[in-house]
Amino acid sequence: MMDISRRKLILTGLAATAGGSGLAVAARLAQKYGLVPPDHDGIYGLGETLTFASQRLLTRHSLAREFPRSRISPRPFPNELAPLTEDFKRLRAGGFAEWRLSVDGMVAQPESFSISDLKSYPSRSHITELVCEEGWSYIAEWIGVPLSHVLQLVGVHPQARYVVYVSMEPDTWDSIDMADALHPQTFLCYGMNGNELPVAHGGPLRMRLPRQLGYKNIKFITRLTVTDSLKKFGKGVGSAASEAGYAWYVGM
Amino acid sequence: METLKSVQVPVEAFVSSSVSTAPITTRSPRHSVLVRVTHWITALCFLALLVTGIEIVISHPRFYWGETGNVLTTPLFQLPIPSSRRLVPTGYGYVLPDQNGWSRALHFEAAWIAVLTGLLYAISGLLTGHFWKDLLPRRADLSWRALLTSIAKPLRFERPSEEEASSYNVVQRLTYVFVIFVLFPLVIWTGLALSPALISAFPALVTLLGGRQSARTIHFFVSVALVLFLLVHVAMVCLAGFKSRTGAMITGRTATRKEHT
Repeated sequence: MMDISRRKLILTGLAATAGGSGLAVAARLAQKYGLVPPDHDGIYGLGETLTFASQRLLTRHSLAREFPRSRISPRPFPNELAPLTEDFKRLRAGGFAEWRLSVDGMVAQPESFSISDLKSYPSRSHITELVCEEGWSYIAEWIGVPLSHVLQLVGVHPQARYVVYVSMEPDTWDSIDMADALHPQTFLCYGMNGNELPVAHGGPLRMRLPRQLGYKNIKFITRLTVTDSLKKFGKGVGSAASEAGYAWYVGM
Repeated sequence: METLKSVQVPVEAFVSSSVSTAPITTRSPRHSVLVRVTHWITALCFLALLVTGIEIVISHPRFYWGETGNVLTTPLFQLPIPSSRRLVPTGYGYVLPDQNGWSRALHFEAAWIAVLTGLLYAISGLLTGHFWKDLLPRRADLSWRALLTSIAKPLRFERPSEEEASSYNVVQRLTYVFVIFVLFPLVIWTGLALSPALISAFPALVTLLGGRQSARTIHFFVSVALVLFLLVHVAMVCLAGFKSRTGAMITGRTATRKEHT
């Protein structure tokens, strides 16, 4: 019995060492290839990291399903809005002519764009489903300029890893990695179903990325910051939503 | 490992002599270590998935069929419960607190652990022959008479005999096979079909189910079926003797009942 247990002990020790160093190597590699989400700490970090890493590996270049025009939902449901701020009401009274989107951070040329500036760039659209974490969904045509186009205009530094986007709504901001920021279906969205984007749906400007859940598609975007680290933004977990306990990455 | 070892006599002898006063049989373990460990991890995960799943449903207790659905469309059905979202029409004059943040995080983490555990169980079940030996119904048992007896006995609250308790009868086998090879894969599939990122790479995950809302509705019904299985499972454990059955799933050994020793 002693022999068996000693052999077992040695084998277990070796396996644990191998497993431990294997994990350490995996963690280093994951960090290097951008497979670790900013909210990887805490008791749910394991799940968040497994989901983000596996979906990054499986879906980096995949396109969200697009639907024929006939499938557009006749009555898209605009989720609850926080009360509009005075600043917002003032801009709306002026037809959003004064609305500015500033782009700063790790860019060659910080820039500020009006809605008509954005509309002067090649316009793209896709008919995709907006999916809420609560369970409901609808299909709409989303019109805008690909975020990648704007990032190209300002010249993103090669070490950039995330784009932080900030809403005019108080305490509303989020961020995405470059894989999502440069994805062809990620839009700065100003139109919906052939019209201007309604205020209820985030007009004049919302982020639209159909491969993540609705709450990542923040309304009333006024600022983009390109960065190599999310540590200095808020509590360092990547978004206002993850500070409130909601996952940062919601490709789900 | 343990199954293989305990077939050889010396280990059995060692076990019974070291704890001579305890009423244990000299049979090989009722459940292998791997079955016991994966059973309890799965049980914990299932509990977490159930509680968090209920919390998530509370934020939108309406179900639809097809691709899309929201409060502006007609639901297939709506659960008669209050909601944690103000804009869901429930008929209740109040809104429950939002629990979706941690519920979603725990739901997916438990799902990961359950799926990885399930994979380990499935691979070992194939390699050790556990599926063929213990779970697939024996050809001789696939008769209406055997089926009816297995169903009627517990309905008369008859305890399984000592011999029956060391294995599974045909109804138990069919149920376990159905849960392990139909319900578990289906609940995983319908869950994955709800991920907008995954279905961008593998659209068939959701189109084969008839759309996103259909997938969500099926996910709900499969979960209900799993809860029903859990209730019957626990009821049967109680009928067969909660202490000895649960003990067998923890220690692997079947303690014989007093009246038989």
